[in-house]
Amino acid sequence: MTANTFLAALANIYPPDRLLRRPAQLLPYESDALTAFRARPLAVVLPERAEEVIETVRLCAREGVPFVARGSGTSLSGGSLPVEGGVVIAMNRMNRILRLDPQERVAVVEPGVVNLDVSKAAAPYGLYYAPDPSSQPICTIGGNVAFNSGGAHCLKYGMTSNHVLGLKAVLADGEVIEIGGESLEHVGPDLVGLFVGHEGLFGVVLEITLRLLPKVEAYRTVLAAYRSLEEAGHAVGLVVASGLLPGAMEIMDRLAIEAAEAAVQAGYPQDAAALLIVELEGEEPQVEAEFEQLLEVIRSSGAYEVRVAQTDEERARIWKGRKGAFSAVGRLSPDYVVQDGVVPRAKLGEALAEIERLSNAYGLRVANVFHAGDGNLHPLILYDGREPGALEKAEELAGEILEMCIRLGGSITGEHGVGMEKRRFLPAMFSPEDVETMRRLRRAMDPHELANRGKMFP
Amino acid sequence: MTTYRPTTPAELQEIVRAHPRVFVRGRGTKPGLASPPAGAAIVETTELAGVLEYEPQEFTFTALAGTPVADVQRMLAEHGQYLPCDPPLVRAGATLGGTVAAGLSGPLRYRYGGLRDFILGVRFVDGEGRLVRGGGKVVKNAAGFDLPKLMVGSAGRLGILVEVTFKVFPRPPAHATCRARFDTLEAGLRALFDLWVRPLDLEAVDMEPDGGGLTLWVRIAGIERALAPRIERLRSLLGGEVEVWQGAEEERLWEEAREFAWVPEGWTLVKVPLTPKRIPALEERLESAETRRRYSVGGNVLWLATPHTPDRLEPLLHEVGVAGLVVRGKVAGSPFLGRRTGMAFARRVKNALDPQARFPEV
Ligand SMILES: Cc1cc2nc3c(=O)[nH]c(=O)nc-3n(C[C@H](O)[C@H](O)[C@H](O)COP(=O)(O)OP(=O)(O)OC[C@H]3O[C@@H](n4cnc5c(N)ncnc54)[C@H](O)[C@@H]3O)c2cc1C
Repeated sequence: MTANTFLAALANIYPPDRLLRRPAQLLPYESDALTAFRARPLAVVLPERAEEVIETVRLCAREGVPFVARGSGTSLSGGSLPVEGGVVIAMNRMNRILRLDPQERVAVVEPGVVNLDVSKAAAPYGLYYAPDPSSQPICTIGGNVAFNSGGAHCLKYGMTSNHVLGLKAVLADGEVIEIGGESLEHVGPDLVGLFVGHEGLFGVVLEITLRLLPKVEAYRTVLAAYRSLEEAGHAVGLVVASGLLPGAMEIMDRLAIEAAEAAVQAGYPQDAAALLIVELEGEEPQVEAEFEQLLEVIRSSGAYEVRVAQTDEERARIWKGRKGAFSAVGRLSPDYVVQDGVVPRAKLGEALAEIERLSNAYGLRVANVFHAGDGNLHPLILYDGREPGALEKAEELAGEILEMCIRLGGSITGEHGVGMEKRRFLPAMFSPEDVETMRRLRRAMDPHELANRGKMFP
Repeated sequence: MTTYRPTTPAELQEIVRAHPRVFVRGRGTKPGLASPPAGAAIVETTELAGVLEYEPQEFTFTALAGTPVADVQRMLAEHGQYLPCDPPLVRAGATLGGTVAAGLSGPLRYRYGGLRDFILGVRFVDGEGRLVRGGGKVVKNAAGFDLPKLMVGSAGRLGILVEVTFKVFPRPPAHATCRARFDTLEAGLRALFDLWVRPLDLEAVDMEPDGGGLTLWVRIAGIERALAPRIERLRSLLGGEVEVWQGAEEERLWEEAREFAWVPEGWTLVKVPLTPKRIPALEERLESAETRRRYSVGGNVLWLATPHTPDRLEPLLHEVGVAGLVVRGKVAGSPFLGRRTGMAFARRVKNALDPQARFPEV
């Protein structure tokens, strides 16, 4: 089948306004939030129903045409980068919440539903959807499922995977499968557990059953300022060791503070080398008791200023600065790459010092704003893509940071996924047998490697 | 057939490669999962035991699969930590690997999640005899496919676990349990649904049906001085007569639950995942039958005990549309019962990890 007959076959599935093929229409889909990579797809389709997705995948399977499912394109690892000449299946229009059962505390959603919209729909029942990536006002549940996305509040109740109960998907060879269900428990291998984090390599997810949690009764949010980044890193270790289990623990360094301040006026202390945000959540009496304990730990950790949010507005402002930090830092520089390696929490101080050393050695600014509570670093490496060789230099520095994470016993990615960008580091974490096993699983779902071809594997 | 007790992963790999059929078990605390098919070489993981790494300040540990859960719990307790997924049958001698393979979490799973939510890494020998690692040793990791979760509940059908890494949590300093009995099932379930959507931090919610009524056991935990107002709130939410337990006796309540002390010797015990909405349909059919039942995890699991053989439950589970796993009882071949989902996908996974079907069918 030629490209033209293939396009004609697509046109049998989609009306003209939902089959994009002109260069100007394709442009917005050529990259995701990792703008360093671009590729031009043959076409972009905008399905509105699961049957259309299934037909598209079956057509691709029959004709051997690679395809990439795409949510909102906020992937930071090149996960939704198109395959040159392949099809992009843009899922945003499949954004219906199919069922919300407050009694069973589940929501059944289409993959194009925006993360925050689940919590909005659940709010009237006193429920919410826990995983909160900073991109939650735009990223989709389908994208979250593909990457097992996390967020600031994943310390206590876990990442996306811990909140997905069941899935319906079309595998890359066209078979439609259903796994899991609505119960928190299951028998037999945890298939949903395997599927979440598939990075789009098994096929396209069509429907997701999510677990909802009752809204949190009380928060206590503490902002602590430090004279050095290492001290803030060390404080995280102290809080963890004290036996407290905060809902969130986040760190921002000087560059990130300045950027966030300029962007959203969060009212952060401007002379701090590092800020630590710790948030307790739970039942009122328990949180109050924990709060006293937390203050003691923070005071003994060398913080020179400690603020406590007194109102919901103050709490919201603290989080606004943190959650807006990525885009804020983005404004400091024409381009950036962000890594999300993980280190053991006791080694945070060491890791941060090494990042600073590398930043100086490379002459590239690095901002740090990250999920400190689980040791998940987010160094943002600033560079100017117009300078020849700048991207390569930034990538090299990023690579050194990832190697450091592996050396310290951690991981190359905590939540952004391997995607396009970290493929060459997978073998540094896993043996050839391990990688081969993952490939076998991939091929069991997608014998011709059509789904998101070229991602994750070296 | 021969029984092997390998002492190293390499030995285990050789055993797997040398036999067309291989069956793994731990210490046999879950006989429903531990009866080998005829003709299979038997692997017991008991000699692959011991904690390899434990960093109290990281709240993670790595141990060999044959390590008794009790040993791990003792080690964690010394540092004020615990496994919130709450493995059952610990006193009986359950191993870590057996617990993961069986996919059994206890009543405390209600609060923070089950095994699947706390397992970070695995090493296992697949059906080709290859030693495979998945996941990692840090509390957060998204690199590669999530093989650790896949192994939860895999029942020795995808691979033989060699090593597991878990995250753990700080153990709450104090606990309390409220017990309330409702005269009708409907009233009991109404109370459950009411609790379940409130902003309460409940550690466990178990239920026991009895002659038409329902008893709720609700556990909370936290800092001692904050417990009193929380107990009071529970009292008023539950209404009626509420008994409160604290201290060693309270501890024992839950230990008995997770050891299945209420299941008579020699009875069949089946795990049935469900949602609370299915309880009325199940109760309607089970009430008159000769069974004992305990609904755990807020009605997300039924532990079903019967003096009869497990196969007698098949029609009932199919009728209600739920699956079952035989923990204790006589099984011929598969320990799985009832209506299971995802079999098409499971078979693909099986073909990838054990193409020659050395291990029993998924
Ligand atoms: C400012 C900013 C802040 C961020 N903060 C966080 C954070 O705090 N935590 C975090 O984890 N991530 C974060 N991210 C990364 C990103 O938002 C997440 O990875 C998110 O899950 C991607 O969702 P998306 O809808 O944009 O998916 P896309 O980027 O469109 O796709 C992501 C992957 O999912 C696959 N995919 C999408 N839909 C489907 C489907 N239906 N079936 C199968 N595969 C599918 C794609 O093929 C791709 O591989 C951030 C990104 C930005 C830009």
